[in-house]
Amino acid sequence: MISLRNVSKTYDNGRIDAVRDVSLDVAEGELLVLLGESGYGKTTTLKLVNRLIERSAGRIDVGGEDIDATDPIHLRRRIGYVFQGIGLFPHMTVGENIGTVPRLLGWSRDDIDKRVAELLELVGLTPSAYTPRYPRELSGGQQQRIGVARALAARPSVLLMDEPFGALDPITRVQIQDELKTLQSSLGLTIVLVTHDMTEALLLADRIAVMKEGQIVGRGSPTELMTNPGHEYVKTLMAMPKRQADRVESIAKAAL
Amino acid sequence: MSDVLREQLALLPEYLSRHLLLTVTALAVGIGISFPLAIAVTRVRLLKGPVLALASTIQTIPSLALLALMVPLLREIGFLPAVIALTLYSMLPVIRNTVTGIEEVDPNLIEAGRGLGMTPRQLLFTVQVPLAMPVIIAGIRTATVWVVGIATLSTPVGATSLGNYIFSGLQTQNYTAVVVGCVAAAALALVLDLLIRIMEIASARRSRTMAAVAALGVLLVIGGGLAPVLISRSSIDNRPGVVIGTKTFTEQYILASLIAGRLESAGYRARILDSLGSTVVFDALIAGKVDIYIDYTGTLWANHMGRNDRATADDVLREVTEWLRIEHGIECLGRLGFENTYALAMPRADAERLGITSIDDLFRHAPTMKIGGDYEFFGRPEWESLHAAYELEFAQTASMDSSLMYTAVASDEIDIIAAFSTDGRIAASDLVVLEDPRSAFPPYDAVILLGAHAANDPAIRSALLPLIGSINDDRMRTANMRVDIEGESVNAAAHRLGLSAGGGA
Ligand SMILES: Nc1ncnc2c1ncn2[C@@H]1O[C@H](COP(=O)(O)OP(=O)(O)OP(=O)(O)O)[C@@H](O)[C@H]1O
Ligand SMILES: [Mg+2]
Repeated sequence: MISLRNVSKTYDNGRIDAVRDVSLDVAEGELLVLLGESGYGKTTTLKLVNRLIERSAGRIDVGGEDIDATDPIHLRRRIGYVFQGIGLFPHMTVGENIGTVPRLLGWSRDDIDKRVAELLELVGLTPSAYTPRYPRELSGGQQQRIGVARALAARPSVLLMDEPFGALDPITRVQIQDELKTLQSSLGLTIVLVTHDMTEALLLADRIAVMKEGQIVGRGSPTELMTNPGHEYVKTLMAMPKRQADRVESIAKAAL
Repeated sequence: MSDVLREQLALLPEYLSRHLLLTVTALAVGIGISFPLAIAVTRVRLLKGPVLALASTIQTIPSLALLALMVPLLREIGFLPAVIALTLYSMLPVIRNTVTGIEEVDPNLIEAGRGLGMTPRQLLFTVQVPLAMPVIIAGIRTATVWVVGIATLSTPVGATSLGNYIFSGLQTQNYTAVVVGCVAAAALALVLDLLIRIMEIASARRSRTMAAVAALGVLLVIGGGLAPVLISRSSIDNRPGVVIGTKTFTEQYILASLIAGRLESAGYRARILDSLGSTVVFDALIAGKVDIYIDYTGTLWANHMGRNDRATADDVLREVTEWLRIEHGIECLGRLGFENTYALAMPRADAERLGITSIDDLFRHAPTMKIGGDYEFFGRPEWESLHAAYELEFAQTASMDSSLMYTAVASDEIDIIAAFSTDGRIAASDLVVLEDPRSAFPPYDAVILLGAHAANDPAIRSALLPLIGSINDDRMRTANMRVDIEGESVNAAAHRLGLSAGGGA
């Protein structure tokens, strides 16, 4: 569904390499997690796919088509995008925010209203209560849900999500992660999700691609990466949740 | 309520209404130009420097000068030049705030808009402009307050505004009029400022109700304010209209009121366009914007005909009349009977002490004297001919408002002034007028000038002919003194002058 071939992005006349020679395939209906520490090029990679950033080299196809062959405006309307900073429009209500892309696509008012209600249900918020509210009247977690609903509004088959659950408390987070999984399989979505949270990656991913300094240093299903990390950095990363779990266990024991 | 105040307040509906019409038109056009221009600037970065520099430069031109400049540029007086100048003034705050407001929109939100598939245009109108709206409205608010204030300066270019109170009030020492004008302008600015401020808050809080209330308020103020102009235009008044122009000094206001009274009695609807610049009123007569005004033979001779040779009063009148008729199709109806000439005047005590009775006697003293004149005087041919005829070299010249000139000479800040011979303040300040044995000042007989329209109307001519030869120096000076010194209203003084002149206006 999505394929990147030797894709690079440099800034400052090649002095800064944000993304270096990345090749990556995401199959239809697959959820790929891009994992890596801050500044390692995850967001850049994601934005290259919908041409928010133009790459310096390489080729990207979405749905079997070279993205350079499509008008970037149409490309973006076809791909759902959840922004790292959420990016809800403060001057629009929740309903207007969610309805943005359908409005751009010229849907009728009725269709938009129906779709907004449907999506609010989907992300677990009562439509009548939330539609007329403004983003500033919502909690961080509620805003993130609206961000997801907005990305899904025009029924895209591809969804790009940049740390979509960063502002959530652990309990809501687990809950919404479960919901995303269900959503993905029921809608047959192809998703690329960026996170630096190892546990989230393990729980959600069909496959994980680990990024370090703009390059992909390891890839495979969570189990594959656990058993055969290859790169030293991947190994450290994979050991992390286990180490945390062990520490939690020892604290619990001591408390007994 | 005093009569003076009542008389001033009676003028308020018309002045306020015309002031509002100027302001609203200038703002509407100004915003209409500035907003798209600002949008263009945000899209074509190269434009930003030049556009903002140009708008700022306009702002640095003194407002009175910009307004006055429009008259020769457009060859037009009244509403149009005033509106254009005010429009230019309104642009900077709107452009600057729109550009800043749009530039300051959170870049994350712009990226979000792009990421969702908005075209640059959709991004602009659904994200950037709405988010910049509070800042844009703040700019409109600044522009509104500026324009309401500066619109008071439209009076000298022939556009009636609240400035008529201020200009004529300052000239005739009618401080009630000045205060009424200032208070009305300030109140208008405050009310509009408040309403737009509410809109600004409404747009920041995204409150439709508040925005609607403020918009309704603005509409009410504009609608209510414009009503007098609109009604007076649509009302059934079949009387033919005549416009009487005046320059900016007391005698002109009094004579205009006297003429207006006579024309009203003859069945005309007379409108006075007061406080026009000296050349503005002449051009307006030629252009047919003004039908009648009083000018002086010497002014026409020296300023308009460009003559600096000396001639007798009768010759000057004859040549001026001929020139006006042939060159401009203007009729000079005749002399009113008084002469308002430039004359050098100084405090009686000083004159006696130094033994000065004529300009000739000044020769020795001039190098130690400071001479004051109105804004025009030192640029006029009379100043040169005074120089030439008497070979005078003064220590210093000071141009000032003619009403301040008398105070300045009375308090010895200046030693001598170029006054007008009919000015009531000459007697009131105990000044003596120096003789002019070498006739440096050409004769300044007051004459009634009629534009083509009035000249061809026998009824107007017969209404005004009785005034010819009926007002001598003394009568005019008395009428001026009543207004300037005794605080009588212009209309009352005009009425008394009419009775004394035997015209029975
Ligand atoms: N416009 C730019 N100009 C120069 N360098 C940039 C630019 N945008 C990003 N970079 C650099 O590219 C690198 C990758 O940035 P990117 O935003 O993709 O990181 P990330 O993996 O998403 O990090 P995080 O987890 O903190 O969001 C960083 O080192 C960043 O400083
Ligand atoms: Mg990032």
